[in-house]
Amino acid sequence: MSAEPVRGPMIQVSRVSKRYAGGYEALRDVTFSIDTGEMVFITGHSGAGKSTLLKLVTAIERPTSGSVIINGQNVSSMKAGMIPFFRRNFGLIFQDHKLLFDRSVYENVALPLAITGFPRGEIAKRSRAALDKVGLLGREKARPITLSGGEQQRLCIARAIVNRPAILLADEPTGNLDTAYAEEIIGMFRSFNQVGVTVVIATHDEDMIQKLGPRILHLDHGRIAA
Amino acid sequence: MNWLLEHLHTLRDGLARLAQQPFAAMLNIIVMGIALSLPAGFYLALGNLQTFSRQLSSDPQVSIFMALDAGQAEVAAVEQKLKSNPDIGKMEFISKDQALARLKRGAGLSDVLANFGRNPLPDAFVVTTRSNDPALLESIRDQARKWQKVEHVQLDADWARRLDAALNVGRVLVTLLTVLLAVALVAVTFNTIRLQILTRRDEIEVSKLIGATNAFIRRPFLYFGALQGFAGGLAAWAIVAAAVLALNVQLADLGGLYGTMVRLDWPGLEEVLILLGFSAFLGWLGAWISVSRHLWQIEPR
Repeated sequence: MSAEPVRGPMIQVSRVSKRYAGGYEALRDVTFSIDTGEMVFITGHSGAGKSTLLKLVTAIERPTSGSVIINGQNVSSMKAGMIPFFRRNFGLIFQDHKLLFDRSVYENVALPLAITGFPRGEIAKRSRAALDKVGLLGREKARPITLSGGEQQRLCIARAIVNRPAILLADEPTGNLDTAYAEEIIGMFRSFNQVGVTVVIATHDEDMIQKLGPRILHLDHGRIAA
Repeated sequence: MNWLLEHLHTLRDGLARLAQQPFAAMLNIIVMGIALSLPAGFYLALGNLQTFSRQLSSDPQVSIFMALDAGQAEVAAVEQKLKSNPDIGKMEFISKDQALARLKRGAGLSDVLANFGRNPLPDAFVVTTRSNDPALLESIRDQARKWQKVEHVQLDADWARRLDAALNVGRVLVTLLTVLLAVALVAVTFNTIRLQILTRRDEIEVSKLIGATNAFIRRPFLYFGALQGFAGGLAAWAIVAAAVLALNVQLADLGGLYGTMVRLDWPGLEEVLILLGFSAFLGWLGAWISVSRHLWQIEPR
């Protein structure tokens, strides 16, 4: 699904709580809305519920109560069989990268396209385009383990955007990177946002927030703080 | 077309993965082959015995042997009684001289026979009844036993019938064996696939997170399981074929001694296809259970 220039809510979270087995309450009565084409930062101390929120939005986990509506689809009541197709709307950038170290750079990027079922030729074309965008075109045959931290992060981004998602979700994308790398990566997010992709970034990187001055959702102990 | 191509690629990847670990794959295939060759071999043996016993039991024959000292008058009396029986279709009289001549021709026993001072064989009638109703055959046997100078009456079909009944028991045993070994094959595949899943856990997790359906995740494992099962079926066929080949050499020698032609039939094309299809299915099933269990385990709740 490609991003469309239609304005309106892309992500609607209303009165969502998430309680884990054992009674730990990661989110309490969280309500917010993110419009199509917006770029939003979710901030907060570690354990504030940022990652949990991203998991609920992508139907990796289900809320204990409340509703999550993405692009008009209610995730809370979605049938299990629909979830894989629903997830293809997202480009996901994980905190721990989740790269496949037994596959080449190219194969890592091609994975989402293979999952969607594109023909091989189309997969090659799109994968190379995505690698080109993040500056890794020359490293297709390399193993991810031989890449630097910044390059691995860029590979994650290439994998996230190769499917031309409507929403890009990133969990601590600049976590372990030095300032120069981090700026480069933030620049990429901004350019995707400029072509209409809704971008949501969970971070505690104050530098990044100050430079961009975007809309911020601040989580404090599982609640939205104003 | 694209759909078909995807499946062909998966098939190729499955073959490549078998080739990546040739030793482990070979061991699995041998285990499966041996396990499958047991019921397949028994089945084949039963089939051969079955054909043999059917040939025999289809002739409703009664052999009536006269006493050695029976004279022409008694033989003629028996012949008369048989002729007047409306249930009897065909009747052949084999005199002691004819029987001796046949035996001499047949099995290279002339040296042995030469040592007998006189002909040790009796006169005999071989009688074919009009129907092969066992009750009729038995009544003829019981009547003939009471006739004068009749030494022995034998229903030729008797032992063939017994063999046939024994074969039915054998068939039940083969079915049981097949079921047990099929479960074992599913278990072997289950475990192989479980180990593969362990090494490809990250791939499965990431694939699920970025929108892979369960069918997409299962597909390569199902292909692998089915391919391995198919190879196991081929191994079983090879084992059975080698056994038939070896046995036929020995049976030809044995048959030669008795002056007859004895040989085992090869498994038919249809049976081979069933064997291969069945073993591929078992591999597929083991893989399916294994992957589904894993997918169920990693499902967030």
